[in-house]
Amino acid sequence: MTSVITVPPSLDDHTFEQVVEQLASVPAEAKLVVDARHTRWASPYGLTALLALGQTRETRPSFTAPDMEDTASYWARTGFFKHADEIYELHGAVPKARGGESSVLLEITPVVKSEDVHEVVGRIQQKAQQILSKELNIDAKATVGFAMTLSEVCQNIVEHAGRGGWVGVQTYTWRKRLANRRVVVIAVCDAGLGFRQSLESAPGKVRSDRWDDAAALEEAVIRGVSRFRDPGRGQGLAGVRRYVGRWDGKVSVRSGTAKIAIVPSWDDDVPLLEKLAPFPGAQVQVTIPERVSGGPR
Amino acid sequence: MMMHIDVSSVLRQTLSCELYSNLVTRPTGAAVRTQIEALLGDSRERTLTVIDFSHVGMIDFSCADEVVAKLLLRYVAEERGNREAYFLFRGVTEDHWDAIEAVLERHGLALVLESADGSGAHVGGIVNDRERVAWNTVYELGRAAPADVASAIGSPPSDCERLLETLHRRRLLMRLEDDYIAVGGLADARA
Repeated sequence: MTSVITVPPSLDDHTFEQVVEQLASVPAEAKLVVDARHTRWASPYGLTALLALGQTRETRPSFTAPDMEDTASYWARTGFFKHADEIYELHGAVPKARGGESSVLLEITPVVKSEDVHEVVGRIQQKAQQILSKELNIDAKATVGFAMTLSEVCQNIVEHAGRGGWVGVQTYTWRKRLANRRVVVIAVCDAGLGFRQSLESAPGKVRSDRWDDAAALEEAVIRGVSRFRDPGRGQGLAGVRRYVGRWDGKVSVRSGTAKIAIVPSWDDDVPLLEKLAPFPGAQVQVTIPERVSGGPR
Repeated sequence: MMMHIDVSSVLRQTLSCELYSNLVTRPTGAAVRTQIEALLGDSRERTLTVIDFSHVGMIDFSCADEVVAKLLLRYVAEERGNREAYFLFRGVTEDHWDAIEAVLERHGLALVLESADGSGAHVGGIVNDRERVAWNTVYELGRAAPADVASAIGSPPSDCERLLETLHRRRLLMRLEDDYIAVGGLADARA
């Protein structure tokens, strides 16, 4: 029997939960069709998470591309179809990527090994400086912190996921919550071990009474705990939090059945969501908004 | 003995690649530190090594932990027999410092940084006010006896001696017979 998962018209970190909820009742070995025909827009989180979804299946799933030409064309320019072609059987009109997309700071890129992180950081630097200072009104010196943040979230895959994932970086205008302010978004998604399983592999790990995905996320993201005994470990996400705090940004991490977020004043997200439908691995999103005069530095 | 290590060159040798000028990822940091340790060798004589970041594009937290914190932990914070290895960090920009400062805080470490124009040096990282004042005093005095430092900072001699000894154990001050010299305070160290 084939199960069909419908991708919502607008796919971001919130609406991806609808996809995960549909997936929850589908066994991993079942034939799956991911139907994005009616999808009109997707954030980099949505696109990289769709790739991670494909990774979770035991049999090669099918993917039906968006009907809207503009949407499909945009997804092609982000590099989505290039990677989706390796995971899914693609159906529908899949355009070839032609030309670069100016809002795509970093097209969707696989992250498997340490060298991939070097590649990603090297590619982002020059373009990030231009975007951050010209479009987001953020001091040019924030560029290095941005690249550091990107590096650290990508390293999470290399160090902890146990399998490859994807990263994408994009700018867009946030109409709802930020009154047409521009944002730059980093999305890094994998379908690997996830935070709880990673921390459980720590030597001598003692589980507390309340030990679940939410507790694991709190330990890793808030308290900087790592599966490694080395006291220098766990600084990457702490550094990401510091950077995001400095630029009034937001970071959210979903893993297993929980999602944790450092929520700035401009957003109304919930700091900790528990008992979500399960999804393997870790899905990280970092959002840095355009700086308005008098805003935090 | 004085040594100069260009971190950017070590990075390129380590990665066997001319394309990368960024110190990112933990494995890269570990490889760079291993190479630096190999250059330092096992000599038991006193060494002052300039760790030069001038040509490094950026460094992330994981790499800073491997390259800077673990290097200091091995040679500075821990007693290693008679080995006296001192480090002066050159070319560290504000961008590098974000990551380096974070890892120093994490481990409670401090280091000596050469100023941007090369005309002076200062201590960065975790030092308390008394340690900072004592270090600055030794730096200004040049080669300084504990009694001179005690007098300059208005501290009882025994307290001052303990303070200077702590800074020496942290490899922020060198000890020459009964006197102290600040790392980076020697003219030839900045040559």
